[in-house]
Amino acid sequence: MQLICIRSLYAGCGNLLGNIKMSEYKFSEDQEKEIARIFAKYPVKTSALLPSLTLVQRADQVVSPEAMVAIGKKLDVSPAYVQSVLSFYTMYHTEKVGKYMILFCINISCQLNGSDKLLEHTAKKLNIKVGETTFDEKFTLHREECLAACTEAPMMRVNDTYYGNLTEQRIDQIIDSLD
Amino acid sequence: MTQILFKDINKEGLHTMKVYEELGGYQSLKKAFAQKPDEIIAAVKASGLRGRGGAGFPTGLKWSFLAKDVFPRYLCCNADESEPGTCKDRELLLKNPHLLIEGMILCSYACQVETGYIYMRGEFHDLSVIMDKALEEAHAKGYLGKNILGTGFNLEIHTHLGAGAYICGEESALLNSLEGGRGEPRMKPPFPAVEGLYSKPTVINNVETLCVVPYIVNEGAEKYASFGTEKSKGTKLVSVSGHVKKPGNYEIEMGTPTSELIYNLAGGIRNDNKLKAFIPGGSSVPMLPADKVDTPYDYESLAAAGTMLGSGALIVIDDSVNIVETTLRLISFYMHESCGKCTPCREGTRWLYQIVERIMQNKGQLEYIEKLEDICGNMSFKAFCPLADACVAPVVSSIKHFRSDYEEYFKNVGVS
Repeated sequence: MQLICIRSLYAGCGNLLGNIKMSEYKFSEDQEKEIARIFAKYPVKTSALLPSLTLVQRADQVVSPEAMVAIGKKLDVSPAYVQSVLSFYTMYHTEKVGKYMILFCINISCQLNGSDKLLEHTAKKLNIKVGETTFDEKFTLHREECLAACTEAPMMRVNDTYYGNLTEQRIDQIIDSLD
Repeated sequence: MTQILFKDINKEGLHTMKVYEELGGYQSLKKAFAQKPDEIIAAVKASGLRGRGGAGFPTGLKWSFLAKDVFPRYLCCNADESEPGTCKDRELLLKNPHLLIEGMILCSYACQVETGYIYMRGEFHDLSVIMDKALEEAHAKGYLGKNILGTGFNLEIHTHLGAGAYICGEESALLNSLEGGRGEPRMKPPFPAVEGLYSKPTVINNVETLCVVPYIVNEGAEKYASFGTEKSKGTKLVSVSGHVKKPGNYEIEMGTPTSELIYNLAGGIRNDNKLKAFIPGGSSVPMLPADKVDTPYDYESLAAAGTMLGSGALIVIDDSVNIVETTLRLISFYMHESCGKCTPCREGTRWLYQIVERIMQNKGQLEYIEKLEDICGNMSFKAFCPLADACVAPVVSSIKHFRSDYEEYFKNVGVS
């Protein structure tokens, strides 16, 4: 009886797995060139893992399972290895985030300069909770640890840009100026 | 005040090869190439330069520990700059990338390295673009590449970006990350000088440390050693942040009183409040109360006062703050950044957080303080890397110096 159950379970899983279709990830021509340039920097291929993930995420805003498989293939490592490394680092996203990623520093120097209140203000302004993305997928707001701009505290990073010496007015201006 | 690293830091266009060379940049190379590599190591040893990243290990000694006759060797510049409170390297990378390249060339020549990496934190994407541009310029001038200035010495330097992990500032975690793995620290020994990147001998130095080397080669070890105190030589970049009127990066001679930094260079406490506490070397070192403010800012004096110089990040806290709040924020940081490899750190940081959080919710009891100290005792020196010790530092020092701040909460037990 047990045996039959296990067999049917297996069969079920088989069907399920069979139904998952994963399309193949295609690197653009520029990306291929960039990856070749990255490979040339290192004596071993795995060193290119972080830069390749960053490259993909900068293009797609997210690292999809398809991209993990494709990068694994390029680097001769399993998709599981790619995922295990990716999950260690906070800067990679496996779920879609907004066009503008707002990382709000709340570490000591910023805390001392009132970052908690300003973060609350920012969340209110965007009408979301910290950690969420706006409905129009324009902004994602995250609490962030020290970003090495402590002399400009309180500060935040929007995509690649650092904004320091924040006040409520300055935050409003910055958010309003992004389209 | 003596300015070595920040001498021309605000000069327009310093990040370009043209301006950097006009100001005497890359002059040290010819001087260095006329000497044997060992002579340069000896000069760095004689200068008394110590690592500026946090541990303060003598730089020349570190270089001389490289495993003999094992090649290739690697140089990694630690530009992860993730210690809360620290932002001195960012200023150097942003405004004076060529100084770092020059320092790296000298170090590579001295240590017979042919490949160097600059490991930057992932958030420094814009800085890596500036650095790549500077590397290109150095290549075009023949300061990098094959047969540099006709000496037969080859060197390539590459930038490498991390992806958001505090622990990658720890040297062995940095190596794992650079090899394309999770940034978990390695067991030591073997030390990186014997088995580092790709299991080869590796030198790892902080940005600031490498930036000092051109000065030592140009002006001589004696000149550099003439600044500072008997055991802490030279100058130090200090990031002053927190409750000061003029936060910023300042270059001081080692041994300058901390009060000079806070009240003179940084303009004093904001709103003319009273100083309550300061953390002299980044969030990982014990804090000190206001009465220690005259402690000279150098390795030995700070150690004698019960703390450390660390990465040179002076965080100033005024009397409007309850220290328990600040401590909880720091514990929360270490809890978030613990890589989870060692149990005392992974679980300990979480326990500390839960207990201090309960205290702040007015649910604490006096014996919680003993409990905190007990957990701290079981965390320090029990893990692969110093992250657990870093988390313990603010807890133990805040209890030692500001016990009354904790006791405030016990008065209100049951009041929510």
